Amino acid sequence: MLKRLQASNWYSALQMGLLGGIIAILVSLVGMVEEFSLRDIVFNVIDMGQTILLMILVLIGNFTYRRSQSARSLNKWLEAALAGAVVGLMLWLLVLLIPALNMRAVFLNASPRLIQILTFGNEGVIALVLMLVVGGIGSLAGAVIQTLPSRYSNAIFQGIIWVALIGLLQELLQVILTTLGAHGATNWLFGDKGLSVVGAVVIFGVVLALTLYRSGNRTTLQARIKALPPASQWAIRWISFAVAIPLVWILPTILTTYPTDVANSVGLYILMGLGLNIVVGFAGLLDLGYVAFFAIGAYVMGVLTTTATGPNAGQIVWGPQFTFWEALPISVFAAVMAGVFLGIPVLNIRGDYLAIVTLGFGEIIRIMAGSDFLKPYIGGSQGIVEVGVGQIGPMFFNSPRTLFYLIFLCILLAFFISTRLRDSRIGRAWKALREDEDVAQAMGIHLVSTKLMAFATGAAMAGLSGAIFASKIGSIYPHSFKLLVSINVLALIIVGGMGSIPGVFVGGLLVFGLPELLREFSEYRLLVYGALLVVMMLTKPEGFMPEATRQQELHDAMSEGGAAPPESAPKLAKSPAKSGS
Amino acid sequence: MLKRFRERFTTTDFFMWLIGGSIVTLVVVGSIATLSQGTYTIRHWFDFLVFGLAQGSVYALIALGYTLVYGILRMINFAHSEVFMSGAYIGFFFATAMKKSGFLDGNPLLALLIIFAVAMTISVVIAVLLERVAYRPLRKAPRLVPLITAIGASFFLQETFRTLFGSASKAYPDMNALKGTFALGGPFIIQKIQVLVIVAAALMMLALYLYVMRTKTGKAMRAVSEDKDTASLMGIDVDAIIVRTFVLGAAAAGAGGVLYCLMFRQINAYMGFVPSIKAFTAAVLGGIGNLPGAMLGSLFLGLFESIGPILFLDGLGVPAPYQLKDVIAFTMLVLVLIFRPTGILGERLATTKA
Repeated sequence: MLKRLQASNWYSALQMGLLGGIIAILVSLVGMVEEFSLRDIVFNVIDMGQTILLMILVLIGNFTYRRSQSARSLNKWLEAALAGAVVGLMLWLLVLLIPALNMRAVFLNASPRLIQILTFGNEGVIALVLMLVVGGIGSLAGAVIQTLPSRYSNAIFQGIIWVALIGLLQELLQVILTTLGAHGATNWLFGDKGLSVVGAVVIFGVVLALTLYRSGNRTTLQARIKALPPASQWAIRWISFAVAIPLVWILPTILTTYPTDVANSVGLYILMGLGLNIVVGFAGLLDLGYVAFFAIGAYVMGVLTTTATGPNAGQIVWGPQFTFWEALPISVFAAVMAGVFLGIPVLNIRGDYLAIVTLGFGEIIRIMAGSDFLKPYIGGSQGIVEVGVGQIGPMFFNSPRTLFYLIFLCILLAFFISTRLRDSRIGRAWKALREDEDVAQAMGIHLVSTKLMAFATGAAMAGLSGAIFASKIGSIYPHSFKLLVSINVLALIIVGGMGSIPGVFVGGLLVFGLPELLREFSEYRLLVYGALLVVMMLTKPEGFMPEATRQQELHDAMSEGGAAPPESAPKLAKSPAKSGS
Repeated sequence: MLKRFRERFTTTDFFMWLIGGSIVTLVVVGSIATLSQGTYTIRHWFDFLVFGLAQGSVYALIALGYTLVYGILRMINFAHSEVFMSGAYIGFFFATAMKKSGFLDGNPLLALLIIFAVAMTISVVIAVLLERVAYRPLRKAPRLVPLITAIGASFFLQETFRTLFGSASKAYPDMNALKGTFALGGPFIIQKIQVLVIVAAALMMLALYLYVMRTKTGKAMRAVSEDKDTASLMGIDVDAIIVRTFVLGAAAAGAGGVLYCLMFRQINAYMGFVPSIKAFTAAVLGGIGNLPGAMLGSLFLGLFESIGPILFLDGLGVPAPYQLKDVIAFTMLVLVLIFRPTGILGERLATTKA
C-alpha cells in the first residue's frame, strides 16, 4: 500500500508541498512576513510579505509541475495545485498551533498580527478554505506559467520582477523623477506606498512587450557587440564609459542626502570588493581576514589625523595631526605593508587553511584594536574620535555629496588599475596560480612575488576604503571591523561573479544597495545572504556577471567531475603547506 | 655545506623564523617575568589548569566533528559551529522548561540525560540536512565552492536562530546539583561543573574513539578516508558512511554544546563561532584527520588559552591580558601552520592525506 503510494505522482507532489510548507512556516516564524508587510508593492493591493509567500507557492507549483511524471497536463496541474494546498494547510496548522501551544514564548515572531496576515483576517473554517484555495491557485499559476512556451514564461517572470523592484524602490524613484521634473509621471505611477494599480499594469505591460521583442530577435545585445570587429568594440566600450561617467557624476545632485549616503557606503564596499576580487577572484587566495586591511587603513588615518590627542580620557597619547591628504597615502602604504607582512607567513598555505589563517589574522587585528593593551595608542574600545576631513580649497569632504565624488574617483582609479592588472602579465600569472599552483610554478611563475603582489594590491584598495571610511564616519571603533565585513565583501564578489570586475559593481548594488534602501530588509540581510551564498553555489557558482573563463571552468569541473579518474583525487586535495621549500 | 644551506634557506624562511623566533622569545621572557614576580600562587595556577582542561574538553568534542569530516571529505565544515550552537540552543528550551517544573533539580541526572539527548538529536538533524542540501551536490566541485557554501550555510543557520528566538543572550538555568566545589586537600579545589565537563567529555571521546576503531562502520569510515574509490569498490556505501561521519561529529558537537552552556551559562545565536574556530585550531594543532590528535590538540589549546595570557603577558606589564586570549589561540594556529603544518600527531597529512 505504502509502496504504491510512494510510486504515485501524488506522493511527490505531497513531498513538494511539505517542503514548501516548511519554507513558508520558517519565513513566517523568522518574522519576514510580518516585517515586510509594511512595504506595499502595489498600493493597497499586495505587500512584500504576501509576495514572498506567493513566490514560494509559485515556485513550488512550478517545481512540482516540472518534476511530475504524469502523462497528461491536467494531472500535472492538479498535482501542482495539491502541493500548493498542502502549503496552505501547513500554514493553517501553524495558525492553529500558535495560540494553542503559546508558541510566542519561544518563537518571538509568532504574533497575532502574523496570524492575521496569514489568514487574511478570517477565522475558523473560512480561513482554512481561503488558505487552501489561495495555496492551490498560487501553485497552479506557477504550473501554468511553466506550460507556456519559454519565451512567454520568461517574459512574465521578468515583468513580475520589474514590478516588484520598482514598487520596492518607490521612495527613491519618486524623488529622482520629481527632481528631473517628471512630476506628472510620478502621480499616476506611484501610490502613497508602492506602485499604483495603473502603474503596475503599465510597467508589467512594457517589460513584457520589451522582453518578448528581445527574445524574438534571438541574438542578445552582448552577442551582437561581440560579433563586431575589435575596433568598434573598443569604441563602443569607450562611448558607454563616456556616457556612464557623467551620468553617475550628476547623481548626487538628483538624489537626496540619504540615498547619497547609501551610495557612499556601497561605494566603499565596491572599492573593497575590487581589492578582494584581485585576491580571491584573480589569484584564488581565499582571504577571510580582508577586513584587517580595511581596519589598518582606517586606524592609520585615525591616528595620523585626529585632533583628540592628549592625556585625557577619550584621547590618544600621540598623533601628528596630519591633514587628510597627507595621511591618505600613508594609510594606503601601511595597508600594503600589512598585506605583505601578513602575506609572507601564509605563502605556503593553501585553500581552506588559508581561509582559516587569514580569518585568524582578521580577528587578531580586531581584538588588538579593542584591547586595553593598545588603548593609549589607538583608543581601545572607545576608539578614536575627531578624525580629519579632506579639503580642497573651499570644499570639505564631509558631507555625503562631496564624499560621493571622492569615493567615485577612487573607484574609477581602482577600476582602472584592476582592469589593467587583469590584462597584464601579472594578471595572467594570478589566473595561472588560481588554476593550479604547482603547474604555475613549473611554468616559471614566481609564487612568492605573485602572491604577495595580489595581497598587496588587494590590501591597498581596502586600506584606501578604510581611510575614507574613517574620515566619513569621523570616528573609529573596533566593532566596525568584524569578520562580518570580510564575509560581506566576499558575498559581494561571489554574487557578482568571482574574478569579474563588472560583477563587483553588480554585486555591490545587489548586496548592499538594495538592502540598505529597503530598511525593513536589514534585519534579514544576513539570513538572505547565507541562503543566497548556498543557492548561488548550488545553481550558479559563476555569479550574475561571470567572467568568461571562470564560467567555463566551473561548468567543466561540475560536469566532468563525475567521470574523473581516481588519479585526480589527490589533485583536488592539495597539501595545505609544504614546509622547507 | 654553507652554500647548500643558503640555497635552501630563502628570504621567506628567514622571515618566518624571525616571526616565530620573536614570538618564542616573547613567551619565554614573559613567563620568566611573571613567575619571578610571584603574583600568582599555586592555587591560581591549579585553577587555570582545571579550567583549561575543562575548556579543552569542550573544544575536543567540537574538534572531533571537524577532524572526522575533514578526514573523509577534505573540507572544512564551516557550518559545524552552527551544528554545535543549534543543539545547545534547543537543549536550552528543554532545560528552562524542566527548571520551571522543578524536574531539573528534582531529578538532575535524568534531566541532564534528556538535555543531552535533545541537543545531540537536533545537532545531528542539522548536520544531516547540511550534508544533504549543501555539501553532497558539490562533492565534485572545485574546492572553493563547498567552502563558500559552508560559510553561507553557517550564516543562514545563525541568522535563522537569531530571528526565530530573538537576538538577546539568554541565561542558561543553573542546576543545584552542579553548584559548589570538591576540595582535594590543600590549595586544590575543583568546581563540580568542571569535573562533570571533563569526565563527560572524556567518556564521550572514548566511546567515539572505540566506535571508529573497533566497529565495522568505523572501519568503513577509515577506509573511505583512505581512498573513496577503492572503498566503494570494496562494497562500502560511501554516501552512507559520509552521512554517518556527519552524524558522529554532530552528536559530539551537540554534547559539547550542552557542556559549554553548563560551564558558561549563556546562550545566543552567535555562541558557536568562537569555540568552533578554536576547536578547528585545535584540530589543526593535533593534526587534522587524526582523532587522538584532535583530542590532544584541544586539551593543549584549552590549557594554553587559560594559562597563556597570564603566564606570557602579565609579567610584561600588559594590562588586562585576558582580553588577548583569542589572540594567543590564533597566533598559535598561525605558528603551527607555518612550522609544523602536519600538527602534533599528523604524519599522514603531509604525504597522502591532504
